[in-house]
Amino acid sequence: MGSPANDIDRLVKREYKEGFVTEIDSDTLPPGLDEGVVRAISEKKREPEFMLQWRLDAFRHWLTLTEPQWAHVHHEPIDYQAISYYSAPKNEDGPKSLDEVDPKLLETYEKLGIPLEEQKMLAGVAVDAVFDSVSVKTTFSEKLAEVGVIFCSISEALQEHPGLVKRYLGSVVPAGDNFYAALNSAVFSDGSFVYIPKGVRCPMELSTYFRINAMNTGQFERTLIIADEGSYVSYLEGCTAPMRDENQLHAAVVELIAMEGAQIKYSTVQNWYPGDEHGRGGIYNFVTKRGACRGRNAKISWTQVETGSAITWKYPSVLLEGDDSVGEFYSVALTNNRQQADTGTKMVHIGKNTTSTIISKGISAGRGQNAYRGLVKVLNKADNARNYSQCDSLLLGDRCGAHTFPYMEVKNPTAQVEHEATTSKISDDQLFYCRQRGLSEEDAVSMIVNGFCKQVFKELPMEFAVEAQKLLDVSLEGAVG
Amino acid sequence: MLSIRNLHASVEGNPILKGIDLEVRAGEVHAIMGPNGSGKSTLANVLAGRDGYDVTEGQVLYRDKNLLEFSVEERACEGIFLAFQYPVEIPGVSNLYLLKTALNSVRKHQGMEELSAVEFLKLIKQKIKLVEMKEEFLHRSVNEGFSGGEKKRNEILQLAVLEPSLAILDETDSGLDIDALKVVAHGVNSLRNEQRAIIVVTHYQRLLDYIIPDKVHVLANGRVVKSGDRTLALELEKHGYAWVAQNPDAAAAPAVGS
Ligand SMILES: Nc1ncnc2c1ncn2[C@@H]1O[C@H](COP(=O)(O)OP(=O)(O)OP(=O)(O)O)[C@@H](O)[C@H]1O
Ligand SMILES: [Mg+2]
Repeated sequence: MGSPANDIDRLVKREYKEGFVTEIDSDTLPPGLDEGVVRAISEKKREPEFMLQWRLDAFRHWLTLTEPQWAHVHHEPIDYQAISYYSAPKNEDGPKSLDEVDPKLLETYEKLGIPLEEQKMLAGVAVDAVFDSVSVKTTFSEKLAEVGVIFCSISEALQEHPGLVKRYLGSVVPAGDNFYAALNSAVFSDGSFVYIPKGVRCPMELSTYFRINAMNTGQFERTLIIADEGSYVSYLEGCTAPMRDENQLHAAVVELIAMEGAQIKYSTVQNWYPGDEHGRGGIYNFVTKRGACRGRNAKISWTQVETGSAITWKYPSVLLEGDDSVGEFYSVALTNNRQQADTGTKMVHIGKNTTSTIISKGISAGRGQNAYRGLVKVLNKADNARNYSQCDSLLLGDRCGAHTFPYMEVKNPTAQVEHEATTSKISDDQLFYCRQRGLSEEDAVSMIVNGFCKQVFKELPMEFAVEAQKLLDVSLEGAVG
Repeated sequence: MLSIRNLHASVEGNPILKGIDLEVRAGEVHAIMGPNGSGKSTLANVLAGRDGYDVTEGQVLYRDKNLLEFSVEERACEGIFLAFQYPVEIPGVSNLYLLKTALNSVRKHQGMEELSAVEFLKLIKQKIKLVEMKEEFLHRSVNEGFSGGEKKRNEILQLAVLEPSLAILDETDSGLDIDALKVVAHGVNSLRNEQRAIIVVTHYQRLLDYIIPDKVHVLANGRVVKSGDRTLALELEKHGYAWVAQNPDAAAAPAVGS
């Protein structure tokens, strides 16, 4: 029997089950980025003029920006001219009936466990499937339309509901917000659009599944969710990519808008290809996610389970503008091998009696590096703001690292801001205890890790909590000799 | 069932067990007593196969197989159960879930069908009555926030669910109030049968009033220095360990209890 450190090494060897490539003819723009590319994307999507102008403004602004350097991650410089900014399966320039979708695409999603035939789907979950740069199919759209819910690709929304898009796009994450957001604003190709009308409780879970397939292609999707007064929606995002030697860039922007009394629950199970054990390949995941509680009593919850990507740079945030509004952030981030994650949240208290909760669970294995970075900001008018933050780190082995960077800016003396942080290792005592009861070492580790994440998993919709647990198991999978 | 011969074991290079001989047959209950630091828990850990305990000499046969070759979980699945002196807490893992996973691992290993959630619930409701625990304990995290006595009861609950062939109870009576002691004893006694052997490690004769042992052994400085029937425990209570030191069994007394 080896030393505990060796055992952990063996345990955390992972296998990436979604690493296959779909052979499909694509319509791909050559690598490179200039105004011509921005115009070409807009043209391919037959966008209204305002959209093209918006993109061009973003692009010109992007040219003036430099990559942020403050995150606790390291990578070779990214050559933005070597990336292709648009790739779509041939003849897939818009959602259509299922019979018209290339069977190879259907097969791909089937293989990923996301069947797109409505009768085969999880009851009560509508899916928007995005393949490389375009949405290939949105299920249950008609059924949702009966209650007034709009759920479609953002390209379709630009055709069918340009007014709504124009009004809200960039209203939470301005086009020039940061380097990656500006890039996304210039070249985003697709993503999901959701509008829940006043007083409607969305009758099913909405979900988007992102798949990067093409080589040397970046994925820049844009998601916009608007929950009008007193409405409710639960939304889930999942993602995978084939195993490739080179790094692929994923720079998404997600904007959430919750009006008075509305509630948005946004859950992510992120499983992009993490690269191999030597750190070759994997997705660079640079994402800007932000929600605004625009009215009284609005509530936005972010729940994320992050097990993939070579580098994750992601801080889902909530702007608590309305009085009595509530922001929540529940996160599990696992890094293994050479993975790096710098993730956390921003809670900005603007209205009175606003409350935020942050529960962050970081798990590091192998040589993984996991950083929590959180900002709690209480502005001077935000009387009686309350925040509770809890950041727990679990280390598996002794070559990995956990770092916590909590920032607080409190400008109102009535605020109550609490922060707790712990770092622990899976103890030999716990492992021995479980194994003495008959569990294999692998099952024991998985059970203890899942226990560590329980507070976050219980926030996920039921079906996805099970998926998330399985994902952690796969991520920690390895032979025990 | 269990045959320990001239067992020597060290921890981090320090010899702790220095030639243990012990013979336990199916259907028997053995008590192991001895001063603090004499090696009782070490023996239990060695039998369970814990990392960091190096057997330097001797052998252990369990059902005629070389026990020392097996991993911790194989031993557990083959029916060896250790009730811990200090049960650990596992945050976020419900007691129920651990129990079900454990039982199904053991059943799988033994070629039995795994129990469904419904079947398991039925079983556990029955077992929990045996140790007089409230059902809410099933839904709490393993040992988290349990009082000392509740942790010990929980160990007995696991014992009752897993129904091992050889149970080793390391000071399960320590820290129990008198009512809990009776509950634990009742739990253990109800498991006594012809196929099962039980080793209880204890400092107190009191437990042995409720769990009546077939044999009593005194461990001192890593060896069994005296063995006898239950009256040995009473003598010990009267005279203390110094008395044993003055009246040991014949120096190399092997084959105790056979
Ligand atoms: N890592 C170690 N290094 C050195 N000595 C150790 C180590 N671990 C245990 N020991 C020693 O081994 C001896 C036996 O310990 P053990 O826990 O088996 O005693 P015990 O008989 O169970 O005592 P108690 O009645 O107090 O539970 C003790 O003297 C202890 O200090
Ligand atoms: Mg002890």
